[in-house]
Amino acid sequence: MSVRRSTVIFAWILLLPALLYVSLIVAYPLVDTFILSFTDASLKKTTKWVGTVNYDKIFNSTFAEVIVRTFVWTFFSVSIKMIIGTFGAVMLNAAVPGRALFRVLTMPPWIVPMAIGIFMWGWMYNGQFGMISGMLQNLGLVDGPVAFLAHGSTAFWATIITDVWIGVPLVTLYLLASIQAIPQDLYEAAWTDGAGRFYRFRRITLPLLVPAMITMSMLSLIATFNSFDIIWILTQGGPNGDTTTMIIDTYRTAIGSKKYGEGAARAVVICIFLSIFCLLYFRVTHRLASGESR
Amino acid sequence: MSQPALINRYRWYELAGIYAGIFVFLTFILAPFVEGFLVSLKPLSLLFSSPYRFWPENGSFAAYRTMWVSVPGFARYIFNSFFVSIIVTVVVLALVVPAAYAFARFRFRGSGPLLAAFLAVNMFSGAVLLIPLFRLMRSFGVLNTYFAMIVPGVAFLIPSAIWLLRTYMMRIPRELDEAAFVDGASHFYTLRRVILPIAMPGITVVAITTFIGSYAQQFIFALTFNSKTEYMPLPVGLFAYFGRQEVVWNELMAASFVGIAPAVIVIFFLQRYLVSGLTAGAVKQ
Repeated sequence: MSVRRSTVIFAWILLLPALLYVSLIVAYPLVDTFILSFTDASLKKTTKWVGTVNYDKIFNSTFAEVIVRTFVWTFFSVSIKMIIGTFGAVMLNAAVPGRALFRVLTMPPWIVPMAIGIFMWGWMYNGQFGMISGMLQNLGLVDGPVAFLAHGSTAFWATIITDVWIGVPLVTLYLLASIQAIPQDLYEAAWTDGAGRFYRFRRITLPLLVPAMITMSMLSLIATFNSFDIIWILTQGGPNGDTTTMIIDTYRTAIGSKKYGEGAARAVVICIFLSIFCLLYFRVTHRLASGESR
Repeated sequence: MSQPALINRYRWYELAGIYAGIFVFLTFILAPFVEGFLVSLKPLSLLFSSPYRFWPENGSFAAYRTMWVSVPGFARYIFNSFFVSIIVTVVVLALVVPAAYAFARFRFRGSGPLLAAFLAVNMFSGAVLLIPLFRLMRSFGVLNTYFAMIVPGVAFLIPSAIWLLRTYMMRIPRELDEAAFVDGASHFYTLRRVILPIAMPGITVVAITTFIGSYAQQFIFALTFNSKTEYMPLPVGLFAYFGRQEVVWNELMAASFVGIAPAVIVIFFLQRYLVSGLTAGAVKQ
């Protein structure tokens, strides 16, 4: 089809509504965040420019600690998601009776509204009456009740586990689809040559799954970095700020304390990290795509 | 494959290993639901007693009745959740179907970077942009209305919907457009009469994923932009069970199950369609 002027105009007409919408609701707020971060905006009627005061403030506070914590939290969450997701995908790919049902049963944490799943975990983590503490006591593994959300280190891991639980279905189903896209004749050829099941897995499935695993872990990294609901409902960033990630910290400052300017400066820092991840993602997927076509 | 191929035949210990693996995996996935359901059956006195007992000994469905009494607005919360998600889905589709078609079919200057820009939007969650969004919603005058949840909800679901539908539409043979075009059909007519009917399975898949996404992401917008009880969606409305001195856990869990039942039933029925839609996406030339 020759690119004629009317065609180009038609394409732009089709695009324009979505483009305008996203510009107004996402692009403009992005710019606004940046501008706000240099002001003392709050509930007051007037706002004035304060230069880089907000940035000085956050880097003189515990924010550096929060950044490190966010990265650690994200790293463990994404890694565990990938490990469990790969395991699940490989298991669900096996041609055993009932696998269609098992695949459907993988979906609930993804389909159900996040808040509801998080409430259920909140109860399970309850020290006095919750299932995990109760089971551990009944098995004699711990002496007394373990209030998972009341202590910093356990709360940190509890929020990670819940985040993993919510993210695993998508990772699993995505990797499962990728495994199924691997040409079957590769396996048959290896099988005819006498390769065992584990050998075929290690030499065919795993290497051919790597691109999908990289793509998925990048996507998962971005989603996890943005994770808010889980920590907010379970601990609100506590105890003693031990589960306060950058998003939680920003929310507290901006919405809790109504310090929009300071909150915006924090949001800008998050946006910078996200942009780096985003560029990385585009580079990696681009390289993977060009590697495939070679 | 009706007959399991020779290559897929497992020895008994392999089979046992696979089932054990699946069992462990699904235990992790489903444990909260099992525990949540058992909690909904237990009377509060049993819930708040030590030592922990897994099985509800004198369990009953009482909480499923009393939950409606303790939080009278509960039906409203479910309605709100559905209402917001359905409107969001409709608006997303209205914006995304033409845009995805444009990206799938036309190459023009700037189309590549523009698509990348759309995808980049996916990287920013509503949580990061909450402050300016709050100000924006305030200046629109839509705080504490349904729109406060719908307007931002739509924006963050557009990018992935465009991506998904574009991929689907790219598989529709170009010859169809060209044939219609040669016959004198306008671009718009081609889109409406040729592409849309063929793309329907893909559109359905996008609609379902958008609905799920909207149902899941309501929390933060509803928490921040709406304080009116009558507009609260389910995830925020459930906090009503936290109101008193202690959390009424059995009612909270009962309410959670009642709240998610409609969505789960809908998705269960559409799930077959979802799978067939994804596979039928490969319209062969």
